[in-house]
Amino acid sequence: MATVVTVTSGKGGVGKTTTSAAIAVGLAQAGHRTAVIDFDVGLRNLDLITGVERRVVFDFVNVISGEATLNQALIQDKRLENLSILAASQTKDKDALTEEGVGQVLDELSELGFEYIVCDSPAGIERGAIMALHFADHAVIVTNPEVSSVRDSDRILGILQSKSKRAKEGGKVYEHLLITRYDPVRVEKGEMLSKEDVCDILAVKLIGVIPESKAVLKASNTGVPVILDEDSDAGLAYSDSVARFLGEDRPMRFVTSRKQGLLSRILGGGD
Amino acid sequence: MALFGLFSGKKKTTAAAAKERLQILISHERQNWRGPDFLPDLQRDILDVVKKYVAIRDDHVSVRLDRAGDASVLELNVTLPEK
Repeated sequence: MATVVTVTSGKGGVGKTTTSAAIAVGLAQAGHRTAVIDFDVGLRNLDLITGVERRVVFDFVNVISGEATLNQALIQDKRLENLSILAASQTKDKDALTEEGVGQVLDELSELGFEYIVCDSPAGIERGAIMALHFADHAVIVTNPEVSSVRDSDRILGILQSKSKRAKEGGKVYEHLLITRYDPVRVEKGEMLSKEDVCDILAVKLIGVIPESKAVLKASNTGVPVILDEDSDAGLAYSDSVARFLGEDRPMRFVTSRKQGLLSRILGGGD
Repeated sequence: MALFGLFSGKKKTTAAAAKERLQILISHERQNWRGPDFLPDLQRDILDVVKKYVAIRDDHVSVRLDRAGDASVLELNVTLPEK
């Protein structure tokens, strides 16, 4: 069976789709056949972030309702042959996602040989979000170091621990915390929650910290997932996060401000 | 607090305020929805058992689950009516 990785947050605008695209690309780069599914029915955006918006013919809901086959709806990425994208419907409503239908699509993806299925959850705690986390083996909780985002993440953790398939069967979904839009300078000034603060409050293992970065908007402008921008701090931080997800031990980068002496910079310390 | 701030020379940062508010809020909210789903059923079953022997009203039984360190404490309160 494929491993289902759900990217979720509760709150909107924290970077779920950016993260879903990055994780899917990262897993594919690591040699794993990966599919990424947009669960945000009615408000799809994963297609734009991955740059395949003009290639969407059939979508996730078409497959569930039998109007198209999975192979017709899957869009193969032009950069990575290991990666396929399944867009959400732009017209149907979120009730089109049934537990049975979603389960069938995930099973079929497994049969097609996909090793990882990344589910890009919509914001909120309605049907689309519940369906995206229902089948999760792993959940990546995307959180901004900000009060409303942290609170909503805690709410989503509660739902994962009570409503997911694994939880209902007495098991556990593996939880990973990913902090995005992190500004070390503001953290050091005491203006922003630190990564330790967020970890303390949510009690979830940290998988990565993505710094606030201009590269993220640049990436979405051009439809190239930011993880492919190897000159950017955000891209490298995402690469590290995926490596950690796959079991590698990597130190956190870009979590301290760059106010270092010249010497330590030359010696390459810090960061 | 103002006095403390004066001597320590440090004002509480807004990040510290955020953390404190979140910790209070979240520990409260977790009690409401992180409880296992069986609590309402358990309450109903206990009520039925007690009712076999004593005439009590529905609101005379309360079931609560609290966390104390590593352990969970199930607190059961049955108010028996006076004779």
